[in-house]
Amino acid sequence: MTSQDQAVHVHRDDVGARMGMWLFLFTELLLFGGMFFLYSVYRFMNQDQFHIAAKELNTLVGTFNTIILLTSSLTMALAIGAIQRNNKSLSVFFQAITILLAFGFLVNKYFEWSVKFHHGIYPGSEILTAKPKGEILFFGLYYVMTGLHGLHVVIGIFLIGFMTRLTMKNVINQNSYVKLEAAGLYWHLVDIIWIFLFPLFYLIT
Amino acid sequence: MDSHETHSEHKPQGYGTYLIVWLGLLALTALTVTVAGINFGGLTVTTALLVASVKSYLVLKIFMHLGAEQKVFRIFVIVALFFVIVSFVLLFSDYSFI
Repeated sequence: MTSQDQAVHVHRDDVGARMGMWLFLFTELLLFGGMFFLYSVYRFMNQDQFHIAAKELNTLVGTFNTIILLTSSLTMALAIGAIQRNNKSLSVFFQAITILLAFGFLVNKYFEWSVKFHHGIYPGSEILTAKPKGEILFFGLYYVMTGLHGLHVVIGIFLIGFMTRLTMKNVINQNSYVKLEAAGLYWHLVDIIWIFLFPLFYLIT
Repeated sequence: MDSHETHSEHKPQGYGTYLIVWLGLLALTALTVTVAGINFGGLTVTTALLVASVKSYLVLKIFMHLGAEQKVFRIFVIVALFFVIVSFVLLFSDYSFI
């Protein structure tokens, strides 16, 4: 073995690695937090128009996507639980399910956005720009916030896919699974952001 | 003496705990959708945010293992959330009394 391999082993610091991941998550909080600030002020100033605009959104699709993401968080947690018990194949299975659910979420999102586009509601469209200011703001925030969240889901798919590969190659194993934990932390954060996006966009009645 | 806890490695959490938390999260989702159907006026947003906070707490504590981590992790999270809340309060001190 090279000396580098030994050095990596000696200097491993799982707690430090997880803390680093948490610090990264705080920067994500800043990123999304700024948008939630924007949302709250615009909603406060345009309450009635936000209510009218939100009626365009399909609560059923939103609820379904919430269930999908919550379940994918469960399977991610189970994947870590499985590797802790040295059950590699079960961990790979749960990671694969997580990725599958993430794809399901994106497919739903695709159809949801397609319907909106079909109705002529997309940034800069004639139908949308003819609407009152508050409704334009609502849909602007809707596309930016759920779009950025969707981008995080896409990144999560790549991240978890990479972890699945590492698990299959035994790089992630019972004694060293902090990478999988970090990917899990990221995935749960994506879930938490959706937990707030869902009622703020889909459940304004 | 009492320092038998090994923080660097998590003790595996039971699969059952995760399943119960997941069921709880689904139940809270059902609750928030149902409540949104009833018109509580200004209380609707409050209830929605309250339910979302409870759901986030469950995810943070159980799925993200915050409950099993060293104390410093929880302090970090509390400090981060504290500043988010301070920002919201300052923001609305500008807008809610126009």
